[in-house]
Amino acid sequence: MPIKRKDLLGLRGADAGLIAEILSTAADMKRIMHAPERKSNLLSGKSVVTLFYENSTRTRTSFETAAKLLSAMTTGIAASSSSVQKGESLIDTGHTLERIGADYIVIRHPVSGAAKLLAEHVKASVINAGDGTNEHPTQALLDMYTMKERFGDLKGLRVAIVGDILHSRVARSNLWGLTAMGAHVTLAGPGTLLPVELEQAGAKVTTDVRSAVRDADVVMPLRIQKERQQAGLIPSIREYAKFYGIDGGVLALAKPNALVMHPGPINRGVEIAGSVADGPASVINDQVENGVAVRMALLTLLSGGSAQ
Amino acid sequence: MTILIQNGLLINPRGTSGAYDILIDGSKVKAVAPRGQITAADEVIDASGMWVMPGFVDMHCHLREPGQEHKEDIATGTLAAAYGGFTAVACMPNTSPVNDNEAVTRYILERAKQAGFSRVYPIAAITKGLKGAELTEFGILLENGAVAFSDDGRPVEEANRMRLALQYAKGFDALLISHCEDLTIAGDGAMNEGVTSAVCGLKGISRAAEEVMIARELLLAEACGAKVHIAHISTKGGVELLRQAKKRGVRATGETCPHYFSATDELCMNYDTNAKMNPPLRTCNDVEAIKQGLADGTIDAIATDHAPHAKDEKRVEFQYAPNGIIGLETAFSLAVTNLIEPGVLTPEQLVERLSCRPAEILGVPGGLIAEGLPADITIADPKAEMVYTEGSLHSKSANSPFLNRPYRGKVICTMIDGVVRARR
Repeated sequence: MPIKRKDLLGLRGADAGLIAEILSTAADMKRIMHAPERKSNLLSGKSVVTLFYENSTRTRTSFETAAKLLSAMTTGIAASSSSVQKGESLIDTGHTLERIGADYIVIRHPVSGAAKLLAEHVKASVINAGDGTNEHPTQALLDMYTMKERFGDLKGLRVAIVGDILHSRVARSNLWGLTAMGAHVTLAGPGTLLPVELEQAGAKVTTDVRSAVRDADVVMPLRIQKERQQAGLIPSIREYAKFYGIDGGVLALAKPNALVMHPGPINRGVEIAGSVADGPASVINDQVENGVAVRMALLTLLSGGSAQ
Repeated sequence: MTILIQNGLLINPRGTSGAYDILIDGSKVKAVAPRGQITAADEVIDASGMWVMPGFVDMHCHLREPGQEHKEDIATGTLAAAYGGFTAVACMPNTSPVNDNEAVTRYILERAKQAGFSRVYPIAAITKGLKGAELTEFGILLENGAVAFSDDGRPVEEANRMRLALQYAKGFDALLISHCEDLTIAGDGAMNEGVTSAVCGLKGISRAAEEVMIARELLLAEACGAKVHIAHISTKGGVELLRQAKKRGVRATGETCPHYFSATDELCMNYDTNAKMNPPLRTCNDVEAIKQGLADGTIDAIATDHAPHAKDEKRVEFQYAPNGIIGLETAFSLAVTNLIEPGVLTPEQLVERLSCRPAEILGVPGGLIAEGLPADITIADPKAEMVYTEGSLHSKSANSPFLNRPYRGKVICTMIDGVVRARR
């Protein structure tokens, strides 16, 4: 076994070697998922706690399934974010979970930097399952795994991520991860939903969706939330769909064998046309399956409370 | 009882400067004489290689008493002030209860008299309860010792309320100090909006949130012919707005804080809550403009915005952490390191910004060492290295991003009314 890291908090600053190792381990895990017994004892006796301060069925279920396939015990805690502000601090919660015996804490939290704060105060391995608008590294890893599965290599791939970049931790994790692997990422969306000055960090940023999608290998629309309209960030869902949604016409600008990916859940007819989501280019359901494999890989690669 | 401060370099821009010794008799300065002329005194302080300055006056700090004594109280806050070279501090009214009536003003003054290590000048609220609506009783508050008015921590949101406050203040020649922040633009932002916030995914606060409000206050003051003081300027645009207003003859003054010329928003990259304050740390361009503003006099004063918070309050998620850092003890070292060493300011200019101008703007004594005046004097070694650590601070709180690193410039002795209040 290679050197074990304690945590996975994000892909910003991660090196290509680490990402490649996770992706190749995920391939092994996918084989386990498809083997007749569908089970491994790699994490037997270990305890995985999912600590979710935001609702998420998909990500939590994916992590719990991954842990169970590796024979770990799983515990799910759904904490409301307000309880943090009112009552127990995140650090105190971490100490409590640790003494209960958590080897891994999978945390989702509404504010950026929360996973890092927790990781600094517990010995358990912390996996960031989404912190605010910062990172969602396992989503990006499963996205990269899916791309690698189809294209063989990530180097040189052109990836267009379209939509609410400002509020998207998926966009950030993909930007850092894909860039580390030698892919070219373009971020597109309405001006109000693009982080200012992100181009100074080396990203390509545009308000022109068509130019972003042109000759892309991967097109990834992001979920747009209706509340953005009330907040004055977009005029209407109708206008958003028309100018920033991915339909067959826009997709035709991409490379002929381009993939359409989406972190889900999708808004049909808003950021993605139903025909595109269901069309031949879509690998949205593959992403879900690969998510389990990637999360299994991470659980086996991290130290799990006993740093070596 | 006489004290002789000898062999120092007197930096006293409003009076005699240079190689002078100072003789103190009781609480007053008895003589300022060329080096070596006075020989006899009960006590001699050798200030060889040091600067001897009129005591610093901090026109913006939070002493937290009454109501938040777990963060700081008047005794610890003023002791920190003395160790930072400040002989007087003006404390903001966002205490609990708010300093919006004479009972609280008098309580602060009484506590300062009992337990204080520096002079304390209360700043009262502009509006009752800092709610941005009804005016406080400016006249009565002034009679009871308030030196200025501010809703610091918040703006007076409605433009017309601020306009009326300025018009009313004019009748008392009272100073309004404005915390410039358009809350609708700032939203729930937690740091400066820019590449760093874009990268680390923290919610950004546009410079426009500050600048829109600075522009408003300057135009309102201009329209009313009233005085206004702009608190904690952090942006390049803010400096330029004040510069232009002063050229037009607006009765406006402004301050910045040591952190705005010493650090940038990159300190937030690792979610260090000790780098979270309001207005937020900005970028190199802003830092350069702040320095320029200090050099050309656009920015009149360096104030600390000393804002203590308990350790547990800062050991939370960045978004949830309270704004503010302590600053009384580190101010002089940051100024010497970032303004004197690189040649941005002369020592005389620094003393103007730390002592003379704030005293003048607030209309309080200070800013001058001269025969017959109270002996409020700060002695500092501009070359000595200083490392601040949690254990060495005198404040109750240690929320500072400037600890455990060496700086140049060390306050050696702070004297108020001829009594040594801090000595290293």
